[in-house]
Amino acid sequence: MTTATATAAASAKTTGTTPAPDPDRLRRRRRLTQWGFVAPAVVFMLLFFGFPLVRNVVMSFQHYTPRTFFTGEAPFNGTDNWSAVLQDALFGKALWHTLVFTAGSLLGQFCIGLALAVFFSRRFPLGGVLRSLILLPWLVPMVVSGIVWRRILDQDTGVLNTFLDTLGIGGSTPWLTSPDMALLSVILVNIWIGVPFNMVILYGGLQEIPKELHEAASLDGASAWRTFRSVTLPTLKPVITVVLVLGFMSTVKILDLILALTDGGPADATQTLGTLTYQSSFVELDFGAGAVVGNVLILISAVFAVFYLRANRTDGK
Amino acid sequence: MTAHPPVAALRGRRRPRRAVTSFAAVSVLVSGAALTGCAQERDSDVYTVMNSSTDESYHRWDAEAMARCGTRLGVRIDQQSVPAAQVMTKALRMASSKSLPDIVQFDASEMPTFAEAGGLVDLRALGLATDDIPQGIVDFGSYRGTYYGAARSVNTLALFYDKDALEQAGLEVPATWDELRDTAKKLTEGKRYGLALSAGGAEDGVFQFTPFMWSNGGDETELDGPRVVQALDYWKALLQDGSLSRSTVNWTQADVNDQFMAGNAAMMINGPWQVETLNTDTSLHWGIAQIPVPQAGDASVGPLGGAVLTVPRTGDTDREQTAGRIVACLAGEKEQLTYALNSWMVPANEKAATVWRERVPELDALADQVAEARSRTAQLGAGWPAVSLALQSAFQSALTGRSSEAALKHAQQRATSGNRGTRP
Repeated sequence: MTTATATAAASAKTTGTTPAPDPDRLRRRRRLTQWGFVAPAVVFMLLFFGFPLVRNVVMSFQHYTPRTFFTGEAPFNGTDNWSAVLQDALFGKALWHTLVFTAGSLLGQFCIGLALAVFFSRRFPLGGVLRSLILLPWLVPMVVSGIVWRRILDQDTGVLNTFLDTLGIGGSTPWLTSPDMALLSVILVNIWIGVPFNMVILYGGLQEIPKELHEAASLDGASAWRTFRSVTLPTLKPVITVVLVLGFMSTVKILDLILALTDGGPADATQTLGTLTYQSSFVELDFGAGAVVGNVLILISAVFAVFYLRANRTDGK
Repeated sequence: MTAHPPVAALRGRRRPRRAVTSFAAVSVLVSGAALTGCAQERDSDVYTVMNSSTDESYHRWDAEAMARCGTRLGVRIDQQSVPAAQVMTKALRMASSKSLPDIVQFDASEMPTFAEAGGLVDLRALGLATDDIPQGIVDFGSYRGTYYGAARSVNTLALFYDKDALEQAGLEVPATWDELRDTAKKLTEGKRYGLALSAGGAEDGVFQFTPFMWSNGGDETELDGPRVVQALDYWKALLQDGSLSRSTVNWTQADVNDQFMAGNAAMMINGPWQVETLNTDTSLHWGIAQIPVPQAGDASVGPLGGAVLTVPRTGDTDREQTAGRIVACLAGEKEQLTYALNSWMVPANEKAATVWRERVPELDALADQVAEARSRTAQLGAGWPAVSLALQSAFQSALTGRSSEAALKHAQQRATSGNRGTRP
């Protein structure tokens, strides 16, 4: 405020003839400029995030069928879609699979990613080359790795079983063909895909930790494990939160990998909320039911998005 | 000479008007594009066909057929190919933005859904004749008695076998379930299985189960009926004999073909669309027979597969008329034969099929199978996808340990519980 009036007075002095501008008008104009800068982002968010989100919620209360695309009419049917989906045994199954898949994937990806990040934070010959090679799974499109892994995991002719067979252990493991194994196999493949991401981000985080901290710890006579637990992990915490939350959001909505690996089978053993919403909407063409499952997925993600924002806010302080 | 001045004067007067109209046209176009998003601008003699011919060879065959028909009808026909699984959703999206193409080629099992939504024009009203088409194939392209889809060719499943493997083992081509089970068992040795089929968790698996279900007298309206249970038990028996790989629940029909070509299976259930690939391996001597039946003398009922050409309702009757003529040309006797010879599928037209049989005697068994084949959606129409999903889950859980009866009972409940919203 005070600076604004000062500059206004100064400009009035130099131009002379122009009357001193109203400070209120100036403030309003500044407000307007501020909003002008924010507006494109707001419009963008409303158009591309707000609208589909609201649309999806509305759709879950509608009888939305192929006919709707012609007539534009989608009569509201109360909570019919919701009760139908929630009562369906498959929904409970898919929800459980989604949670197991997400938890298992995150645990595996994070632990292996962290171990590799610590491993590569020491300098050694060819370390850079190896580190970039480990990135490969991340660069391969999900569908491609899904199809390749489907071949690798084939029970009779797959490379993995052939290899295990020559070692004399578990040569005919039904990786993708047994309902008891399939979910585990899909998780393992997803861990393989997610490790590079975790490693890269955590590696970056490790580089940020000041060397002095480690030096001080070793002067104090702390063991390697103690240093890792009491120095590395706590300083790495913000990065860990980011890795886990981002990992969560990309894992919970998994679709392409499962479609390529098992199509949700065998016997619905790998159905997740992602595949269920795909099946309802695009195979059965019951868009209302698909929207219900989609909304549940959004709700779960939203809860974790709040955690993410919280974590970021404490970072800023 | 006298004509010149008025023309010049006219030109002079017209110039500003032209500027105004072109400006108006541009602004209409711009605002139109902004309002309708991706609504396509229809060119008066350019017609669009949307199909799923994303394979290079199919795309080329279709392009050639469209070029020929285009020349005949004096129009240009453009081809727009999208992956098979996306044809329906893309067409629906286009319907809501009023930008449907003039012709859409649907998989015949999807056509009823689009017809039920009121999106298709009756082909008979557009002047298409069905005289030379067998009733089964007319039904295949019909929904509730109205003929919406013209098939160019149809396909079904058959038993493919490795002639050398059977000869070495001194075995005959199986014709009944018992023979198939026996032969498959005897042909299983080392890394080679007797039989390969797809029980994958998608339409592929259901397509392959139907000939066993139908030939045994089972029906999709009663999934837990004893005949269906028996058919599934037969699949289970093949698996328990070790004649069928346990990976079968994870295989698509293309995977089955790969296994057969790699020598990992001596026989397979598959369709004629694999012939092109099969023939790339000249050392492989394959034969083809009807799918074995429960008892000698039973009819082998396979599923009728293939795509149909439809004219979506765009509201522009003139264009719809021309689209009808294009469909008539593409599905005409001559084009059918060319297409069938290229793609190894059976022409829908009887006259074309007779010529085709003479030209491709090795696929004779397939033509017989087509004559008996049934359409998946004949009974359930747009209700088929829900039943198909329930059935997939059922045979997969039966093949991985559950009893056929329990699995199918559950499937029947799931298919008829009328949940999944309020599907009519």
